[in-house]
Formats: sequence, C-alpha cells, structure tokens
Amino acid sequence: MLREKYKAEIDEILSRYPLRRSALLPLLYLAQKEEGYVTEAAMKEIASILKITPPQVYETVTFYTMLNLRPVGKFHIQVCKSLMCALVGSDTLLGWLEVRLGIKPGNTTKDGLFTLSKVECLAACGTGPMMQINDDYYERLTEEKVDRILADLKRDGTSSLKSGPFMWPERTDG
Amino acid sequence: MTMAKPKYELILLKNMLQPGYTGSLADYERAGGYQALRKILGKVAPAEVTAMVTKSGLRGRGGAGFPAGIKWGFLPKDYQGPKYLCCNADESEPGTFKDRQLMERDPHQVLEGIAIACYAIGAETAYIYIRGEFVLGAKILEKAIAEARAAGYLGKNVLGAGVTIDVWVHRGAGAYICGEETALLESLEGKRGLPRVKPPFPATAGLYGKPTVINNVETLANLPHIITRGPEWFASIGSPPKSTGMRIFCVSGHVKRPGNYEVPMGITCRDLIFEHAGGMRSDKPLKAIIPGGASASFFTPEHLDVKLDFESVAQAGSMLGSGGVTVMEEGTSMVWAALRLMEFFHHESCGKCSPCREGSSWLVQTLRRIVNKRGRMQDLETLTDLCQNIAGRTVCAFGDAEVAPILSTLKYWRHEYEELIRTAEANGSSELLMPAAARH
Repeated sequence: MLREKYKAEIDEILSRYPLRRSALLPLLYLAQKEEGYVTEAAMKEIASILKITPPQVYETVTFYTMLNLRPVGKFHIQVCKSLMCALVGSDTLLGWLEVRLGIKPGNTTKDGLFTLSKVECLAACGTGPMMQINDDYYERLTEEKVDRILADLKRDGTSSLKSGPFMWPERTDG
Repeated sequence: MTMAKPKYELILLKNMLQPGYTGSLADYERAGGYQALRKILGKVAPAEVTAMVTKSGLRGRGGAGFPAGIKWGFLPKDYQGPKYLCCNADESEPGTFKDRQLMERDPHQVLEGIAIACYAIGAETAYIYIRGEFVLGAKILEKAIAEARAAGYLGKNVLGAGVTIDVWVHRGAGAYICGEETALLESLEGKRGLPRVKPPFPATAGLYGKPTVINNVETLANLPHIITRGPEWFASIGSPPKSTGMRIFCVSGHVKRPGNYEVPMGITCRDLIFEHAGGMRSDKPLKAIIPGGASASFFTPEHLDVKLDFESVAQAGSMLGSGGVTVMEEGTSMVWAALRLMEFFHHESCGKCSPCREGSSWLVQTLRRIVNKRGRMQDLETLTDLCQNIAGRTVCAFGDAEVAPILSTLKYWRHEYEELIRTAEANGSSELLMPAAARH
C-alpha cells in the first residue's frame, strides 16, 4: 500500500543511505502519517521494502516512544513532566488538561479528538511548562492559553499559539 | 520578554539577534556566511583545517567536552573508503535547549560548520541526527540544505573545488540514549538505539563500520568563526587554555529570565544566574543549581562563585556537560527533584546493561517510597549501594549520569531524606521495598 502511494518518496528516502535498513525510521514515520499509528501490515510491508524481517522492524518500533503501535486521537497532546518543567508548573498543567478533557494520561477522549500523554523532556526547558501536540510545540503555558489552544484545535484544527522558530529570550526588533 | 543588550561580543547568536534576521541563505550570506568555506575549499589542506581546530582549543559542546580537532585526528590517515560525519542534534539532555535555537534561527551557520568538518575529515556524506520531536527544526534544516545545494555550497563539486558534501536530515523517534554517539549510530542504521561497546571507537569503526566523526550542533556552528577569525582569536576567549570560546548556557527553573545566554566560558554561576538570567523569580533564595544538564551533580549556593568552565566545574565535583543550568529556589524538595530526574533516567534506560536497567527501576521505587513518606533509614544505604553498583559498570556513560542527582543530593541534603523517613517511621508507614523472597 505504502509502496504504491508513496513510490517516489520511498525511492528518495532509500537513496540517502548506502544500507537500506537506515531508511527504517523514515519509512515508519511515513506509515504513521498514513494511518495515525504503525499497523502490523505496514511493518510487514516495510520489512519487505528494506529486505529485513518483520520482527526486526517490530523490535525497532518498540524502542522509540514516538512510534505508536495503537491508534491515537486526532490531536496527540504530550505534556513534558521532567524536572525542569515540573519546577515551573507542569503538574498543574497536566491536572488542568485532565479536567478539561475528562481523561487521565494514556487515554483518548470519547470523540476521538484528543489523546493525553505525559512524556519526558522535550528540550524546551526555558519555556516551560510546555506540551507538544502532533508536530507543534506550545510553550510558556497557562490555563487560559491551554483553553484557547483546545478551542482553536476543535474549531480550526490548528492554533496560532504554536511555537515558531525558537529563540528565548526574544530579540528586540527595531 | 526580550534580550538585554549583551555584555560580550556574541559569536553564535550574533546573526539571529540582528533585527529582521530570518536565517535564510541571503541573510546568512549578507552577514558574511559561507566565507569560511570559500576560504578553505581547495585552498587550505584538510589536515591544516584540522590543525586550526585543534589549535583553537574547541571542545565538544554536547556533554563530554572532548577536543574537536583531536577527535578528527583519530580517523585513520590513509583510509580510502567512505567516511561519515554525524551532526548530533538529538539535544536530549534535560535542561538543554540551545541546539534547537541554533538550528531553527540560523541553520546555515550549522550547515557551513558541517561542510567545513566534512572537508577536514574527508567525508562526502553527513547525517544530521535530529531528535524526532523537532519537526519544525528538521523542516527548517531541510529547506536550508536545499538552498545551500542550489547555491553550490553543498552537493557535488562544492564551490567548483571538486569536493562532494551531501547532507541529510535524519529524524530520531524519541529516545534520550540516541544522543550517546554509538547509540546514535545504531539508530541511524535503523536499529534499536543501544550503545556499542568501545573500542572500536567511531573514528575507526562508526557508521556502517566506517570511520566516523560525531560532533554536536554547537560545536560545528563554531567552525566557520574559527576559520574566518583564526584559531588564536578563538583560543583567547573564555578560560584558556582548556576552556576556550563562548558557550551557550541554557538557564531554566526558578529564575526571572530563563533562556539561552551566550557568554565566555569561565564566567561564574553567580554572574550567569543573577546578571544574565535576572536572578531568582521571587523573594525565595536560591537553593540548588544543576550546572550541566540532568546528568550533572547538584551544586549548592556555596558553589555560586565556581567558574563555568570544564576544569572548574569538574574540580567542584560536577560537570559542565551540555550547558543546561537549572536553578531551584528554597522550598524545592531535593528528594523530589532527585526522584523526578530518576524517573527520567528509568524511562530512558535502554535496557542493554543489567546494572542500569534493573538499578534504575530500583532507585525510582526507593526514592518514590521516601518521597511518599513510606521510607526506612536503611533505604539510604540501599540508594548509595545501588548507585555504586551502577556507576562505571555500564557500556555507556548513562550509568554515571543517572546516579549523579541522587549521590549529590544525598551529599548536600541528606537531612531532607532523613526527615521524610523519620516522618514515615513516626507514622508507622515504613514499607519494605523488596518482596520477601528477595530478602536475605
């Protein structure tokens, strides 16, 4: 399936590496983008593309936290709980999200929109508390900001509060 | 919140702090970008470039602080086959967030550094191994690579000098350990990120078994400046001879102005925290400092005048590490802080070595009991004993890293551990850790 739909992209990925297996993570990302998680069928197909065995794919998938072996919600909210964020209120942030979404970490809302996870350090320690939702970072969070982000995502599928190219402290323009 | 006027001449953050600077190729060229590459390609012998970097005293900015030029020098001299450069952009050490800024705000500075390193070591291919969560950073780098390729700074026959430099972005997928250089190589080869037993070192058998150099983003970003302004200039900044150049410190925690500050190596903790980061966020006094990322031993207020250079921090019993400086105010429980860090290490232990895999789990359980006021005095011995049996007994440095927070908080704030345990004992809530069958 992947092979037919993404032939050019797969060929380009393979061309970056002298050994095919190096393309494993990029292909797994492709599979995850397609289905929202890495399916068994995708693992088998990737194994055949890379000429390795399905267990070799599976053992790699299970090592990395960003690869989902189960479906997640449309918006996957990952809250950093490591020390640096915890010092500036990530536990409160997580509690707020639990109340707002009505779920505990590790679960998905009934409407399938939001999955809540707590994760370890995302390298945004100076701008905590913070969370990642799908591909985007949201930093220096407050309860009000979180509410706006959730409303934006529900309404528009995106939020203008996501981070752009990172710089902190910001520069003074002009 | 904006940056106050810097006290020093900035090197790495200079461009991005100019009003209107976007990090595009045009902006970078206007700021003098790619002049260093022009200066050396086909004009200065690769070995001479390596000699310049050695002379500059540049040491690795990722954590270990190994001299970059000497690392390059370990590659076999007359090797004819392919060699590789890996740019370590995994930035996974808690407390560290500088590489993200360097890549997202001035990607060409990093790319020029990569091109210079490739030329010096004779590598035709470089992989930027970037942590998977940095989706935006990866996109920005890919766009910058396309720009540089179109302008002839990367690709085949770079600047007409007959040199090939292909650069690819390779995203990780969420694993702290992949910042360890041999785990990074395993991950790049499409495997679980388990560190390799050394020797052989990557310089002789690295990526695909070929000679490989792995350098951190900030290390590489320094290279264009060393070439342009000369190694003597670089070696005169900071705390020569052993800690030369500027350093981007990432300040987090209970300060008024957390963020990235580029300062000469050797300024004091006090200067960084109180001058640059604005001091404590409230009237609560400073209680503890982590000077070099989660793997570094804690400092107390007595260490405020320690100079932030490799030697001084090491002499004071910690390490400069990745440049992540975390500040904690009075009222922060040090046992809780140690537990939070230990939970991180437990989650991130790759599982290859038993002392770390089993020990990290045991340490978390013991600390959690103490924090939950269910500990016993013997737990302190257990903690120490576990730490001593992990450190130095693992394939990679993770084992030494994970015990640093516990051992240093036990050293300086043992009374906090004891207080929690005394409460437990007074309440009669102390628990045994191990199931009965596992006890002697």
